[in-house]
Amino acid sequence: MTKILVIAEHEKGAPKKLTLNTLEFARQVVAHAGGSYDLAVLGSGVGGVAQALTGYGADAVYVADHPDLAHVLAGPYAKVIADLAQRAGADLVCMSASSAGKDVLPRVAVRLQAGMASDVVGVVQTAQGLAYRRPMWAGNLTGDVVVETPVQVVSVRASAFDALAATGGASPLVEVAADPQAASARVRYVGFEGVVSSRPDLAEASVVVAGGRGLKDRFNQITEPLADLLGGAIGASRAAVDDGYAPNDYQVGQTGKVVAPQLYFAIAISGAVQHLAGMKNSKVIVAINKNADEPIFKVADYGLVADAFVAVPELVGKIKALRA
Amino acid sequence: MKILVSAKRVSDPNAKLAISSDGTWIEGDVEYVMNYFCENAIECALQLAEEHGDIETVALGIGESDETARFIRQGALARGIDRGILVSADEQTTDSDLIARIYARVAEREAPDLILIGKQAVDGDSNQVGQLLAEYLGWPQATFASKVELKDGEVVVTREVDGGLETLAVTLPAVVTADLRLNEPRFAPLAGIMKAKKKPLDELELDDLELGDAKPKVRIVKMSTPEGRKAGVLVKDVDDLVARLRAEARVL
Ligand SMILES: Cc1cc2nc3c(=O)[nH]c(=O)nc-3n(C[C@H](O)[C@H](O)[C@H](O)COP(=O)(O)OP(=O)(O)OC[C@H]3O[C@@H](n4cnc5c(N)ncnc54)[C@H](O)[C@@H]3O)c2cc1C
Ligand SMILES: Nc1ncnc2c1ncn2[C@@H]1O[C@H](COP(=O)(O)O)[C@@H](O)[C@H]1O
Repeated sequence: MTKILVIAEHEKGAPKKLTLNTLEFARQVVAHAGGSYDLAVLGSGVGGVAQALTGYGADAVYVADHPDLAHVLAGPYAKVIADLAQRAGADLVCMSASSAGKDVLPRVAVRLQAGMASDVVGVVQTAQGLAYRRPMWAGNLTGDVVVETPVQVVSVRASAFDALAATGGASPLVEVAADPQAASARVRYVGFEGVVSSRPDLAEASVVVAGGRGLKDRFNQITEPLADLLGGAIGASRAAVDDGYAPNDYQVGQTGKVVAPQLYFAIAISGAVQHLAGMKNSKVIVAINKNADEPIFKVADYGLVADAFVAVPELVGKIKALRA
Repeated sequence: MKILVSAKRVSDPNAKLAISSDGTWIEGDVEYVMNYFCENAIECALQLAEEHGDIETVALGIGESDETARFIRQGALARGIDRGILVSADEQTTDSDLIARIYARVAEREAPDLILIGKQAVDGDSNQVGQLLAEYLGWPQATFASKVELKDGEVVVTREVDGGLETLAVTLPAVVTADLRLNEPRFAPLAGIMKAKKKPLDELELDDLELGDAKPKVRIVKMSTPEGRKAGVLVKDVDDLVARLRAEARVL
C-alpha cells in the first residue's frame, strides 16, 4: 500500500496540465501497488488552484499558502514539501520533471532520507519489486531502477503520461501552516525575464514547429506563420538558441524540454541525439532539411529535402488554401 | 576564497553503447569524455579566478582511480585548476545520492566558499547531485546557471528555467550548477598539460571519508535499448507532404 503525495504546479491561478500528467503517474503506481494519493498546492494566494484540483480523486488536497512561497525557491519549497509528506504519511513524493521539479525534489529527498528517480517515463513490475523506467544516455538507453529506501521521490516526465481526467467527487481541502522562513534565508529572488507568447505552452501543445540553426535570423519569420496557422508552439534546437535566434525556453532536447505532440516539425534541424532525446516520441514527425543525409530523416515519418526558406512559406500557403 | 569544481568522466554519448551481460550496465570498448557540464563548471571557476584573483580552485572527481585521475589532470588541472582530489569508487554503483554525500564530506574538509558543478551527468542524466549536496550541507543553491557573478559575498546567478530566465542572489557558501550556455570551455594549452603533471592530486578511498553507510539508494535492475523509430518516407514536394499529412497521418 502506497501513500503518494503529488506536488501540484500552477500558473496564473490555475493548475498546469503537467500536474494532471503527474497524477496519471500516481494512478499507475496505485494500480500496481495499491494505496492512494494526496495533492499538495504550495504558493501565495493559491486557494483557487487547490479548489480546481478537488475533482481528481485525491484523499486530500493540502494547501500551503504563505507569502514566502510566492516564488518557487528550492530551499523553502523542499522544507514545506517534506513537512507535508511526513504529515500525510507519504512514502512516495512526486512532481513533474519541470525546471521547478528538478530544482526542488532532490532537496526533498535528502530531508526524507529518500532515494530519488529522475525523469520517470513508466512504472514496471520486476522480480525486485516496483521499478521506475527512465531514459539514460540522452535516451539511447533505458534503465529500470529500484529505489531502496522506505520513502521514495520521483520526478515525472510529463510528456510520457496522459493527463488524468477529472474523476468527479470532492477531495477535502486541508489548510496547513507552512513554515518556510528558516529555509528561505540566504536566497534573494532578484527577478524573472519571461518569454511573452500567446501561443500554447511548448510542453503541452499538440503541434510543435521547431527550427534549427539553419534558419538563422529568419527563425521567427519561418516558424511563426506555420505555428500560428496550426495553433502550435514554437521549439528550437540548442544551436538555434545558442546563436541567439530563439529564447532558451524554446529548447527541445536532452537539456531542454521533452515534448511528444501529435505533430512535430523539425525545420533545418540536423537531428543530433541530444535533440532527438526531446522529441522522438512525437506522434508524427515531419523533417524539412536541405541535406538528405541528415540523421533527422531516420526518425521522421515524412521527410522533405528542400530549402526551408522556400518550402515552409509554400507549405503555409497550401494549408491556408486547403482550409479556405 | 576557494571554489570546488567537478571533474567527471562519462562514456561518449555519441558512441554506440552495449549493455553488459548481466543487463544492468554498459560494457565493451567505451570511449570516455569529460562530462560536458563539468567543462562549463571548470571554465566558470577559471574565469572567476581570473577576474577576482586570490581564488583557489580545486577539482573533485569520483570514480575508477587511474582513469579518473587522468581526467582530473587533463580536463581540469591542465586547463588551470590549482589542484585535484580523487575519490576512488565503483562508477556503476554510485548513485547521485552517494556522489552528493562524498562531495559533502570533501566540502567539510576543504571548506570551499562556492561549489560549482554540472547540472547533470550526461550518462545517468539524473540532474540531482548539486541539489542533494546543497541540502546535505544546508547551503542555498542556484541551479541551471547561464550567468554567474560574484558580488559582496553573494553569487548572483541567472538560471535557465521553464518560461524564461530567473535571477537569484545567494549568500556564500553556496552550490551552483552549470548549464551549457554559461560559457565556452577553453582548450588546455600545451604548457598547461605539462604543468598539470606536477600539480597536487590527493587520492582518497571511500573509507577515508567515514560515510557510514556507503551504499547507493537507487539501483538499476535492468537496462534496455529503447525501440527505435522507423524512418518514414521522403515526400516529393510540398503538395505531396500536404496530401499525406491530410490523408495518411490525418493531422491537417
Ligand atoms: C550535453 C549536450 C546537451 C545538448 N542538449 C541539446 C538539446 O537539449 N537540444 C538540442 O537541440 N541540442 C542539444 N545539444 C546540441 C546538439 O548536439 C546539436 O549540436 C544541436 O542539436 C544542433 O542543432 P541544429 O540541428 O539546429 O544545428 P546543425 O547541426 O548545425 O544543423 C543545421 C541544419 O540546418 C540545415 N539547413 C541549413 N540551411 C537550411 C535551409 N535553408 N533549409 C533547410 N535546411 C537547412 C542543415 O542541413 C543542417 O541539417 C546538446 C549537446 C550537448 C553536448
Ligand atoms: N563521479 C563524479 N565525480 C565528480 N563529479 C560528479 C560525479 N558524478 C556527478 N558529478 C557531478 O554532479 C553533476 C550532476 O550529476 P547527476 O546528478 O548525477 O546528473 C555532474 O554534472 C557532475 O558535475
